[in-house]
Amino acid sequence: MASPQRLGPPPGDTPALHARAMDNLSFIRHTMERATAFTAVPGWGGVAMGVVALAAAGAARGRPAADWLATWLGAAVVALAIGGWAMTRKARLAGTTVLSYQGRRFVLSYLPPIAVGALLTAALVRHGSYTPLPGTWLLLYGTGVVTGGAFSVRVVPLMGLCFMALGSVALFGPPAWGDPLMAAGFGGLHILFGLVIARRHGG
Amino acid sequence: MAKPSLAPRDPERGKEPSGLQGAKGGGTTHGPLELDRLIHERMRLAMVSALAVNDSLTFNELKRLLETTDGNLSVHARKLEEAGYVQCTKSFDGRVPRTEYRLTEAGRSALQRYLDHMEALIRATRRE
Repeated sequence: MASPQRLGPPPGDTPALHARAMDNLSFIRHTMERATAFTAVPGWGGVAMGVVALAAAGAARGRPAADWLATWLGAAVVALAIGGWAMTRKARLAGTTVLSYQGRRFVLSYLPPIAVGALLTAALVRHGSYTPLPGTWLLLYGTGVVTGGAFSVRVVPLMGLCFMALGSVALFGPPAWGDPLMAAGFGGLHILFGLVIARRHGG
Repeated sequence: MAKPSLAPRDPERGKEPSGLQGAKGGGTTHGPLELDRLIHERMRLAMVSALAVNDSLTFNELKRLLETTDGNLSVHARKLEEAGYVQCTKSFDGRVPRTEYRLTEAGRSALQRYLDHMEALIRATRRE
């Protein structure tokens, strides 16, 4: 066994030692960040998003297409704002930030499918095609939750898969199922999984 | 943020400057300023760091996280286990074997000592 040696580097080694020690500390911090699940997905925020969606489903029911679209888009803006605020707050209370390594991975994985959803919505509306919208929204939102949730607790990607399943049914089922499936997904799933996350993963 | 590399950076990596040399690991008692060589090795340091922020991690989770091979991970996990720094539990998930690792109190103390050592080194070199 090598004999223990105390601190006390030869004078010429000081910069190298300092750099190596800093490098080791940085390595430990990065590894810990990579190994930590992003748990700031908000449970109560999800419940609030679900309530907004249920209200939107009630308000949009039976309305002309343009009003229906405006109601749901307005609800999406409100719900995303609630989700973003709740996530930032939960991360802060946990002593971390949405801009942490895990937080950035979550957000950067979650956003591309949402952006694709916005583009597809614009394209479909431009062609007057409203029927595929519920399926498209549910599928792409679910995709974002699955990809972002890969870096979070397991219940998050599971919620995303449920959204994707509802989206698939909406896309290929009768058009009349669109609204009830949106209520079940954006309303029901958010509230159900939000309660599970709030109870098991700190609010 | 740059991803920490677990690969050896240079052939001299194992040969630390003399101030970083210290006691060989193995769960032995170290003074506050003696380096625990066992967790100084990058792969083992990464394993201990990852386990420090998780209750437990499976073999496959560690392998994915540290981007290493089965053989490499096994070798280093065994060394940490022999030193008493990690506890290994083998079970079955249905028919699939499942190996789970936890950091022991000795392992947590070893990591804390290592962090203290690095901070002491930085303080010492700043004073010069």
